[in-house]
Amino acid sequence: MSATALPAFRAPNPVLAFIRAQPLGAAGLIVILVMGTAAVLAELIAPYDPEAIDFLTMLGAPSLEHPFGTDAFGRDILTRIIYGARTALTIGFLSSFIGCTAGGLLGVASAYFGGRADLLIMRLVDVVLSFPIIVLALVVVAVLGKTAVLGIDLNLVFAIAIPIIPRACRVVRSAALSVRQMPYIDAARAGGYSSMHIILRHMAPNVLAPYLILLTAYVAQAILLEASLSFLGLGVQEPKPAWGLMLAGDSATFYQEAPWMILFPGLAISLAVFAFNLFGDSLRDWLDPKFRT
Amino acid sequence: MADSTAQLSRRAMLTLPALAYGTVALGQTPAGAPQRGGVLQYAVAAEPPTYDLHQTGTFAVMHRVAPHYSTLLQYEQNNYPNIVGDLAASWEAAPDQLTYTFRLHPNVRFHDGTILTAEDVRASYARMIDPPEGVTSNRQPAFEQIGAIETPDPLTVVFKMKRVDASIMDTFVSPWNSIFSAARLHAEPNWPARNIMGTGPFRFVEHVAGSHWVGQRFDGYFKQGKPYLDGFRAITMAPSAMVNALSGRQIMAEFRGFTPVERDRIMRGLGADGRQFESSWMLHMILSFNNEKPPFTDPRVRRALSLAIDRWGGSASLSRISQLGAAGGMVRPGSEWSSTNAEMERWPGYGRDMAANRAEARRLLREAGQENLSFTLMNRNHQPYVTAGIFVIDQLRQIGVRAEHQQVELAAWYANQGSGGFEAIIDSFTQLSDDPTNVLVKYISKDRAGVATARAIDRELDRLFDAQAQEIDKPKRKQLVAQFEDRAFEQAHLVPILWFQRLVVLNRRVQGWTMAPTHMIYQDLADVWLTPERS
Repeated sequence: MSATALPAFRAPNPVLAFIRAQPLGAAGLIVILVMGTAAVLAELIAPYDPEAIDFLTMLGAPSLEHPFGTDAFGRDILTRIIYGARTALTIGFLSSFIGCTAGGLLGVASAYFGGRADLLIMRLVDVVLSFPIIVLALVVVAVLGKTAVLGIDLNLVFAIAIPIIPRACRVVRSAALSVRQMPYIDAARAGGYSSMHIILRHMAPNVLAPYLILLTAYVAQAILLEASLSFLGLGVQEPKPAWGLMLAGDSATFYQEAPWMILFPGLAISLAVFAFNLFGDSLRDWLDPKFRT
Repeated sequence: MADSTAQLSRRAMLTLPALAYGTVALGQTPAGAPQRGGVLQYAVAAEPPTYDLHQTGTFAVMHRVAPHYSTLLQYEQNNYPNIVGDLAASWEAAPDQLTYTFRLHPNVRFHDGTILTAEDVRASYARMIDPPEGVTSNRQPAFEQIGAIETPDPLTVVFKMKRVDASIMDTFVSPWNSIFSAARLHAEPNWPARNIMGTGPFRFVEHVAGSHWVGQRFDGYFKQGKPYLDGFRAITMAPSAMVNALSGRQIMAEFRGFTPVERDRIMRGLGADGRQFESSWMLHMILSFNNEKPPFTDPRVRRALSLAIDRWGGSASLSRISQLGAAGGMVRPGSEWSSTNAEMERWPGYGRDMAANRAEARRLLREAGQENLSFTLMNRNHQPYVTAGIFVIDQLRQIGVRAEHQQVELAAWYANQGSGGFEAIIDSFTQLSDDPTNVLVKYISKDRAGVATARAIDRELDRLFDAQAQEIDKPKRKQLVAQFEDRAFEQAHLVPILWFQRLVVLNRRVQGWTMAPTHMIYQDLADVWLTPERS
């Protein structure tokens, strides 16, 4: 009997596997990547200076020179949308990362300690959750004011991150509660490891999947919040380009005469939120065994 | 007034160029004799911080409270800046201009039925000139030259001046100088801050904060047959809502003004039922530097920043999208005191060759060691201030200066403006008349005027200001004003950006209201009437 050589095992490419399994999510990812590239390379790809006023092209309709038209100051809207992507993604990612990480750690700690600590944390979470997310962000940004570091308004980032914390905390806690019952956690405790060590080394890595899903989902929420706050005059301020800001001020005045002033920033916000939501949902479906068919 | 006839005819003469330049009423057709009845519903954009006209300068108070009070003098309807009596039946100035005597109308009644006397006028003016503890007076600097007020009989008030004040008649005619009841003031000096009781054409009914203010016709008003309206209702409303409310006929007026786009939109909505008015505005946008904070202590830096601003280009373009209009100096362009365009072009930042202006600006910054200057530009967070801020920042970028736009709520803006908590600030200044004293006060030393927000000390400007204020001879005074402007632009403690353009739209039913280059006058509504509603 001759031995037959088995074909060599080749691990599937995770990116290709994701695209095959989640084509809509992949489409969302492509949009995110395009926006990310535009944000990083804005100086190279944007056709104009985003803040330069050009009185000769005020309220110009879309044309070959200005594909998305110009605003009331003659500024190129395509350029401002490209630079606006930088604002949206920076604040969106930072806020979501801070909110989800702080909320995730709090949720894991709450699940690990249980008892009164869990009760106290969850009631605090309930209190914060009772405020609508936009109201809470409004209050925080109004109280904190503005503190810019490297051109990023850190208080705006915190204002958006704070409402995310309790939401992330709840979701991660529920995942961490089942991890908490695992024998290896008891083994770690029996081994004399500190609570901090167990939370960070043994529990946190095992709730990474819901954390990553939350992270992407809340980037969309954070982009929307940043746009809302800028629209209300509490976020990014003129003349810096930001999508929400582009919908406010003169756009509200000239929306009848120059509808492109609200159309393209509105589309950019919608597309970004839609892309992150698609990607987040697909990532959840792909990572969570319960959603696998 | 001994020379009142001469002065009035001079004023009437001045009206012609002022109106020719400024006020253009479009679509005004005589609607017949005034008719009695009806309630005027109009919008006001902001809530009044107080009811007391002596203690404030905002239209949010004037546009609600003016119908309840009278003043000694007022500007004549449809004939600005001609002065006529309100409570004063006649007045005269002594030949040396150091005594002004006013004779009051007899039997003028307050809304509580008591009779107005000279003592009420004296007490009201004394409160503005020397406010008692707990009361502030925005009018105090304007009355600096009044030494004493005498009341020889119940219908005569005599003002004794310390020095000649060439602008005193414009000060007397101010609509902020409301006459309160002396009895009420003696009982509680701050009574008018939260109560309304005057001799004006309408008595107060109610104020619901955030909603509305209601006034009802005062049947005992001393001007026979007036007012024509049964009452008025001032509704608190955001500017964007006003456009829809006026277009949709829910309100009949808004007296402050709209942008050109808003005006056109309302006129499209109202069609033949709309009336539009346009005028230059005694209100200008200012870039003010904090003269106490480096590098703005250096006149080269301030002058460089002023040089960078293309006012002529900004005027042509920003007037299409905002209420900003003409380029001008410190007095209203086109007024009798204003420099000509050719004269203005000599000032830093007014030359037509912007490339040369900006080259000079860069040279000055290099000389001052400030080539990479960056600072924070504080601003209000509403229009047209934001537009002005964006414009200024763009202009400064063209000489390599970076300005961070910090937009704050009105209360925070006022707090920082007053305390000097800014590096540079987008400011504005409004006045009631073109008299130079009324406007140049913004540009003198901080220890001379509360409104001098640049926090500068410039004794040469103070000297020129005082000299023009006391100069009766007009050509000489105009020369002093020109010298003041030359000096002020050279030092550039604070510099004008652009002047405002006032655009008002009314429902055609509203008659008898007068357009003016200021939104603070003609607001007592005594002459306003409504045509019947079309069925």
